[in-house]
Amino acid sequence: MEIVFEKTKGLTDTPTHYCPGCTHGIIHRLVAEVLEEMDVLEDAVGVASVGCSVLSYEYFNTDMVQAAHGRAPAVATGIKRVLPNNRIVYTYQGDGDLASIGMAEIVHAAARGEKITVIFVNNAIYGMTGGQMAPTSLLGQKTATSPFGRDINVQGAPIRISELLSTLDGAAYIERVSSHDVPNIIKAKKAIRKAFETQKQGLGFSLVEILSTCPTNWGLDPNESLDWVKEAMVPVYPLGVYKDITKEEK
Amino acid sequence: MAKVLMKGNEVIAEAAVQANCKYYFGYPITPQSELVAYMAKRLPEVGGLFLQAESEVAAINMVYGAAAAGVRVMTSSSSPGISLKQEGISYMVGSELPAVVVNVVRGGPGLGTIQPAQSDYFQAVKGGGHGDYQIPVLAPATLQEIVDLMQDAFDIADKYRTPVYLLGDGMLGQMMEPVEFKERPAIELPEKDWAATGTRGDGGPRIVNSLRLDPADLEEHNNHLQAKYKKILENEVRYENYMTDDADYILVAYGTVSRIAKNALQKARSKGIKVGMIRPISLWPFPEKAFHETRDKVKGYLTVEMSAGQMVEDVRLCVEGHAPVHFYGRTGGMVPSQEEILKKIVEMAGGEL
Repeated sequence: MEIVFEKTKGLTDTPTHYCPGCTHGIIHRLVAEVLEEMDVLEDAVGVASVGCSVLSYEYFNTDMVQAAHGRAPAVATGIKRVLPNNRIVYTYQGDGDLASIGMAEIVHAAARGEKITVIFVNNAIYGMTGGQMAPTSLLGQKTATSPFGRDINVQGAPIRISELLSTLDGAAYIERVSSHDVPNIIKAKKAIRKAFETQKQGLGFSLVEILSTCPTNWGLDPNESLDWVKEAMVPVYPLGVYKDITKEEK
Repeated sequence: MAKVLMKGNEVIAEAAVQANCKYYFGYPITPQSELVAYMAKRLPEVGGLFLQAESEVAAINMVYGAAAAGVRVMTSSSSPGISLKQEGISYMVGSELPAVVVNVVRGGPGLGTIQPAQSDYFQAVKGGGHGDYQIPVLAPATLQEIVDLMQDAFDIADKYRTPVYLLGDGMLGQMMEPVEFKERPAIELPEKDWAATGTRGDGGPRIVNSLRLDPADLEEHNNHLQAKYKKILENEVRYENYMTDDADYILVAYGTVSRIAKNALQKARSKGIKVGMIRPISLWPFPEKAFHETRDKVKGYLTVEMSAGQMVEDVRLCVEGHAPVHFYGRTGGMVPSQEEILKKIVEMAGGEL
């Protein structure tokens, strides 16, 4: 019988711990499929962060190094700089990890043009610790630590990472995509592929920001969560390519 | 190789290069900045890599990544910077990653001073970061001893898969002395079959990780670490006994202070007071045996430190009340003088100057 679908070799058989309706699982699959299709699973070293994706070291079928909260880009720098050039080094980080405690590490890794790929999953909240406000939480968003809604005069406004990092000369490819429906998931995979190709060609730092859901901590069901990404998050975090040095050179 | 005149911080750096360390990640801080600058120039010459990190926090995490990828790697800093590195050091212990961390200690707390101190003893030998752990700590007293201990530091790190501290102070970092770099045969070390380098040809994914959510699993890991520390206690104790055979009194000092104490000891001897000295070279594991062998023969110990009294606690733990343990210390970057130490020795011996 002809095989019409197979699980990617880029993922292990370990069942994930992610909540129903969370799009981490989809994003894991996209990253794994891209690494498999590029035939670099055997050359890749992933760096897991702290937060919901902390256990990603059990799910990706590549060598994995678990990093302290926010420090994944520094750990990835150490790995990439000492291994032979053909190795593919990637981090998988959430918005609390990358945009709050790890802000210095991500900005300087991008500024140095580290030849690493960052998969940045933005769901506008801290998931693992139980739904606290993230730097990416929207204005008015109620969380465990902004129970009256995020107020611009109290907690400030959300940070737009893709825009911020695209101002740095070391950044070679930066795109924001979303995981809220099939067309966008297909676009997300293309962006992830492009980011890893950027690294493979040695062009510089690459990052894909993927808008993602957190039904459990948003207090919404999975369908409502997908709608919230589309209707509430996308207007604040516009999708698109923010940096592509291959286009600029043309 | 002939002797060369070098500055302490540069000796630390060159000794690391001679110990086949080709990778360095660091951040400038006085009084160890010459070390960073030396590495920036020197490592490209040996096909290695120097990278200035955005912070000490980033630097230790780059070391974590490089060590996870299986290379010999080091970082250095001075007290406030070492505090920032504690998170990464604890993670390295948890993930069992080898590296050498140099602390050229300056006075604290806080921003303190850039003058020499030994006030990071507790931080170095009692854990420092979170969790149940120990770090082997080597404390050279001369620039030549830096050269001699650096290879040991890297070998201990690789042999036991642990971070190792080389603990100096601002005086050691800034002084100049002649040193000789001698060829030393490498010892046999275990293969790094745990390193994350990409799986091609090595049979499958490797995971470098310090997370163990199951308490039984984490307890087992802690037991494994403790068993490793027991082996280090058995094998890696280093100390110098100086004129202790006939001594009525024993000075205890490490690092540069031991050199001043040695001079005071000679003066005391010329006055007829039989003084010896125990100089711990490994601060952890602490040289218990040196005290067990002397504590029933001597009339007292005098511990001298550039701190308010830190190592003296370990001395008391080893002496266990068998003899009085006295203390003399200066803090804040002040260095104890020969005269001050001599006065304390004479007092201890019940005499007058």
